[in-house]
Amino acid sequence: MSNETSATNARRGQAPRGERIADWADGRLGIYSLAKSNMRKIFPDHWSFMLGEICLYSFIIIILTGVYLTLFFHPSMAEVVYHGSYVPMHGIRMTQAFESTLDISFDVRGGLLIRQIHHWAALVFLAGMMVHMMRVFFTGAFRKPREVNWLFGFLLLVLGMFTGFTGYSLPDDLLSGTGVRFIEGVILAMPLVGSYLQMFIFGGEFPGHDIIPRFFTVHVLLLPGIMLGLLVAHLILVFYHKHTQFPGAGKTEKNVVGMPLLPVYMAKAGGFFFLVFGVISVIAAIASINPVWAIGPYRPDQVSTGAQPDWYMGFAEGLVRVMPGWEWTIAGHYTINFGVLIPIIIFPLVLAAIAVYPFVESWVTGDKREHHLLDRPRNAPTRTGFGVAWLIAYLVMLVGGGNDLWATHFHLSINSITWFIRIAFFVGPVLGFIVTKRICMGLQRRDRDKVLHGRESGIIKRLPHGEFIEVHEPLTQEQMHALTQHEQPKPLEIGPEVDENGVKRKIKRSQKLRAKLSKGFYGEDNYIPKPTVEEYEEITSGHGHH
Amino acid sequence: MSETGRHADVPEENLPSGRDGAHGDVATKENPFADPGLPPHEHRIQDIDEKAAKRSERTVALLFTLSMLATIGFIASYVIFPVDKIIYVWPLGHISALNFALGLTLGVALFCIGAGAVHWARTLMSDVEVAQERHPIEAEPEVKAKVMADFREGAAESGMGRRKLIRNTMFGALALVPLSGVVLLRDLGPLPEKKLRTTGWKKGIRLVNQATNLPLRPEDIAVGSLTFAKPEGLEEDDHEFNSKIAKDALMLVRIQPQNIKDKQELEWSHEGIVAYSKICTHVGCPISLYEQQTHHVLCPCHQSTFDLSDGGRVIFGPAGHALPQLNITVKDGYLEAVSDFAEPVGPSFWERG
Repeated sequence: MSNETSATNARRGQAPRGERIADWADGRLGIYSLAKSNMRKIFPDHWSFMLGEICLYSFIIIILTGVYLTLFFHPSMAEVVYHGSYVPMHGIRMTQAFESTLDISFDVRGGLLIRQIHHWAALVFLAGMMVHMMRVFFTGAFRKPREVNWLFGFLLLVLGMFTGFTGYSLPDDLLSGTGVRFIEGVILAMPLVGSYLQMFIFGGEFPGHDIIPRFFTVHVLLLPGIMLGLLVAHLILVFYHKHTQFPGAGKTEKNVVGMPLLPVYMAKAGGFFFLVFGVISVIAAIASINPVWAIGPYRPDQVSTGAQPDWYMGFAEGLVRVMPGWEWTIAGHYTINFGVLIPIIIFPLVLAAIAVYPFVESWVTGDKREHHLLDRPRNAPTRTGFGVAWLIAYLVMLVGGGNDLWATHFHLSINSITWFIRIAFFVGPVLGFIVTKRICMGLQRRDRDKVLHGRESGIIKRLPHGEFIEVHEPLTQEQMHALTQHEQPKPLEIGPEVDENGVKRKIKRSQKLRAKLSKGFYGEDNYIPKPTVEEYEEITSGHGHH
Repeated sequence: MSETGRHADVPEENLPSGRDGAHGDVATKENPFADPGLPPHEHRIQDIDEKAAKRSERTVALLFTLSMLATIGFIASYVIFPVDKIIYVWPLGHISALNFALGLTLGVALFCIGAGAVHWARTLMSDVEVAQERHPIEAEPEVKAKVMADFREGAAESGMGRRKLIRNTMFGALALVPLSGVVLLRDLGPLPEKKLRTTGWKKGIRLVNQATNLPLRPEDIAVGSLTFAKPEGLEEDDHEFNSKIAKDALMLVRIQPQNIKDKQELEWSHEGIVAYSKICTHVGCPISLYEQQTHHVLCPCHQSTFDLSDGGRVIFGPAGHALPQLNITVKDGYLEAVSDFAEPVGPSFWERG
């Protein structure tokens, strides 16, 4: 059909309109060479690859709704007495920030909806990034050449947390103001510079009149600007590296198997944006979020019980809550507030542990090759164990961040919960690591059994002499390939301590540590040997069936 | 065979074993685990049955039509529902009719576009899996050699290495120029000076009940209740009210004098009435939960617990030091401060001492 059209057009001596526009753009932007490599770019298909898409789309939704909100929001701490349409608040003193938030919720038609979409999308954005990061981590997708992109993603997560915090602080309500007061306490705890930083950031004593306008600039311009840049870089690298894929028949380190961007992924990914937006809109229609009118405006001498930050700050909150109140006075003049300082140091350290993991793994294992085939988590027990340990530490502190809610909902002593969290933060990850490794080994053993003996068919056969056996069905070659394609690397060795002339070699301490760690990663208790062809032949050749 | 990277620091034999005989091999009798290659494409019902394909087409079109209707519904809701109309929707309770209608119609309008596009892609667009080649990210050695040569040539032409004076002064200039930006930040706020050490309390200032805005008399403080107070003269319409109350907020309780364990606390009390700063010494939340039997107060933010019968000592939680007590007395029948707090209120800081 298209041939016919171009033929008719050729007769008239002119290309179709769309083509002429494309020609014009190509002459100025070089779009044809860009499209040549990207328009039919192949993307592999797996449900877990859409987690990153959720993050991208919720980010776009946040930008769209956020721009709308700025049209009505007044980031000012000037005080007013409320006389708007929400009657229960009449006559109450509040800042313009709080007043305009009430106006958005009660006077602007659809304002409440956009506010709720904005906040819900922010929660989805951060949850999406966490889960996406876990997918990348557990499948080893962060390995060369994708370490830098891992860092970009990590920065997006951290910046996302702070953008979220500055965002939910803007309405200047009683709950968020309490969060800002907490930040003031944290800043004051900084040795040497704390009180100076506090004065500079707040423009004087807490709360002053500057913090909301300053948070506003940070929230709508500074942080999202940086994040937008990182996000674009993140996506460019995804295109440039080509997507990773799960191992399977026909999939190798040198190819990428899937369907083309145009049309399949244009439709699927483009459609998915609307799915995410639609679902968040429905949530915003039926589930209220941050009802500031029920909380009231901020006053430094008031507080509500059960005060909680948004979930992504819960981890930091937990650290602060369960830390014992250690405080030193040095030489009678200077105070170090370890009770606040230590949690605030541990918080970024825990985050950094997962951020630098790709570099640690590649150093320990000595593996500097490119990897495009994903690992099944069971085949990398140490990495999987580390990831689970990290998650447990995170979740334990998330529970710690809500220790008051656990106490009131389950009628437990807040002191016992706090002590439980203190111990579990150290013990939980270790247990998690050990248990996860054992589970991985069990799964590897199961894979081996499946390859050698086939899968359980559920059919019980009775032999002539009365014995019952279960019939096992051999796997297809595709399945066997998928279960045996992974490599089982050997640990690095330092080599002999003396050279061929009997002279002692100099071995650096770092090399010894590395060899030890490498043994931890790849040593014998990390894998069940893969079935070999000989073993398979022996079993399938008839004799020695189970 | 899959080694694309360099590994100068690792001996060859210690590298993780290669993937010999695994990839891209044609299925052979010798290796039952070999990669059999891409499986043949399996047709969907829509690929072989034009009727099924037509059905899919109608489904997609229906979804897109639903979206159009929902958008019309959105506009209609915007016009029809007043912004303050509250309706009861089971099981959500009493909610804003406008918010509910707008959100639902917008959600359906968006979701149906997405569902239509995805259904179109899944049932009607080609689902043949194709393999595309990957190339190593690292440049070929010739490319790298060319780039290095170019760089050396460019660097030599600039004279950076040869003319050290230019180089060093340039680094100096570049290092200094950001200082202007740092200096400009000075006026973000004032210096701390004594601001964190002083509050609005001083000798002779009466204690005013936060709830009634009347000066407090000793008989106003009942056993077992927690009373909040502010200094006389601090009014809510004061421009700096929030910054002042953030330090001045006070809580009062009455404890039987024989139950007060701390000697100084007893001296600073009046007939068992003790006044403590309401601002938690952890990170500054206002303390608001009082346990009358034990005279413990709990900060609801991070659960620091203080004993008001024992000098405001920390008995649990992350706070690092006791709550500051205000020395109070009675004059003309009203409670008043004897002096400012003896130590800074609120969270600790480096110069606190």
